[in-house]
Amino acid sequence: MNWTVNDLHIILVGSLCAMACALPGTFLLLRRMSMMGDAISHAVLPGLAIAFLVSGTRTSWWMFFGAAVAGILTALFTQWITRFGKVERGAAMGIVFTTLFAIGLILIKQSADHVDLDASCVLYGALEYTPLNLVTLFETETSIVQIPKAAVVIASTLLFNIIVITLFFKEFKMASFDPSLAKTQGFRPMLMHYLLMTMVAVTTVASFEAVGSIIVIAMLIVPPATAFLLTRRLSVLIATSMTVAVLSAVLGHLSSQALPYLLGLPETTSSGMMATAAGFLFLLAWLFGPEGLIKKQTGELEKPPELELED
Amino acid sequence: MRPEHPPEFPLAVHDLTVAYHRKPVLWDVDLNIPEGSLTGIVGPNGAGKSTLLKACLDLIPTTSGEALIYGKPYEEQRDLIAYVPQRESVDWDFPVSARDVVAMGTYRKIGWFKRIGAKQKKQALEALEQVGIGHLADRQISQLSGGQQQRVFLARALVQDAQIYFMDEPFAAVDAATEQAIIELLKSLNARGKTVLCVHHDLATVSRYFDHLVLLNMRVVASGPTSETFTRENLQKTYGGKLNLLDDVAQALKNVGRP
Repeated sequence: MNWTVNDLHIILVGSLCAMACALPGTFLLLRRMSMMGDAISHAVLPGLAIAFLVSGTRTSWWMFFGAAVAGILTALFTQWITRFGKVERGAAMGIVFTTLFAIGLILIKQSADHVDLDASCVLYGALEYTPLNLVTLFETETSIVQIPKAAVVIASTLLFNIIVITLFFKEFKMASFDPSLAKTQGFRPMLMHYLLMTMVAVTTVASFEAVGSIIVIAMLIVPPATAFLLTRRLSVLIATSMTVAVLSAVLGHLSSQALPYLLGLPETTSSGMMATAAGFLFLLAWLFGPEGLIKKQTGELEKPPELELED
Repeated sequence: MRPEHPPEFPLAVHDLTVAYHRKPVLWDVDLNIPEGSLTGIVGPNGAGKSTLLKACLDLIPTTSGEALIYGKPYEEQRDLIAYVPQRESVDWDFPVSARDVVAMGTYRKIGWFKRIGAKQKKQALEALEQVGIGHLADRQISQLSGGQQQRVFLARALVQDAQIYFMDEPFAAVDAATEQAIIELLKSLNARGKTVLCVHHDLATVSRYFDHLVLLNMRVVASGPTSETFTRENLQKTYGGKLNLLDDVAQALKNVGRP
């Protein structure tokens, strides 16, 4: 296998994207609404299409704006349908995101088919092509350091996510654990909810072009779910989730290069293998984690706790 | 100010109606809760007891009416109130420790953006010690028993250092030792002049625990000092035709006046 700077670029973009997703994904998981990531990442499509139709350009700002609006609308519609339609939340989400996604596809097919806003690109991404569009980070007389443009966009999103989570860490914690306490203390849990939805929508859009929405969904859910099998401390959970995200990206790309060569298989895609690697890491955690299957099957019987004399 | 709800009452509820999908859950509730009382809210399942607390705290939309805290709307009086929701209302698998949960009671005083500091951590630990589980401060909350989880919630209400405590079934499914610890705590809060409202299920303990009583079944059946309100007639009105309960009622009434 030939190791080139392209591989580094692909791993860089993949890792940044995985981390950017894993961060809001952790809070989705804790709020037991992981599927909301799935819903929003599909539902942003009409937002993108309309933003494109209105602005006529594919500049990032318009796309982010359209996505954020679509993301918030998804959360709002889901809320309304749950409340007024007497259906459970999962069903409401399903109604909203499939409808919005379909509208998005129609919009793209009908009016934007001749431009490079391509539906299959939205789904599968074009991670392999990110090294083709480079920006120069810095340049000296002897060397030049360039990174993919996608990396800049996704790094900014990751930074945005880190800032928001750091700033509102205790607010997110309380609003996720006990929204009624948050509300009685005046911390507006619904505001936090929509902020989280905005983060998911923006992250989704930033990642779309490079890695596609399939891997976005995987990275929103799998690294946090893996981390949840390994720890029960919030800060450690977030750190573990980010680590799993990076590991998935690295392992995913390496195996996408090595596996076809080793097994004589046809070509694989990096983003597909990154999602697969995340699933593999989850499996490992599930088998070998502190509460994993192996330990449950082979571990010694836990001693019953000492009787605690209360008072 | 409405003459029938003077501002010296910690909680005054005026004509409160709450409906869910057009079906009334609370109907025209009118109440004054006296300062410094230890009030029990008692009624059958589905009587709207928890709904009453939530409606007073703006946690659910109301159809009509209002709840006033010392004569003012709730939004202006948040600092005066601590709310203890039902234990099942939160996810106890959440990755936080007992101390983290208790510290959440200090968030309002800390304000937006700022982190909790050593002072709040110390307060949280002290509150946990007060409810007798200081040694479990760093334990993840899923590792606690039901009674210990309820104590964590109480400790969180303690650090809020409120004037009025809204408690939704703090005695539900806890062990006898915890029940004893909770009632002692409520009485000590009460002795410091705090007003405590408590949704309660067990008729047998009503007269021992509470000095003021609200009997609720969608409407307020009776409200007043326990000694006057906790009568066979009122209980029959509250529990209606649920005859299997009448034995409990008889037993409970025997306990009236006992320490």
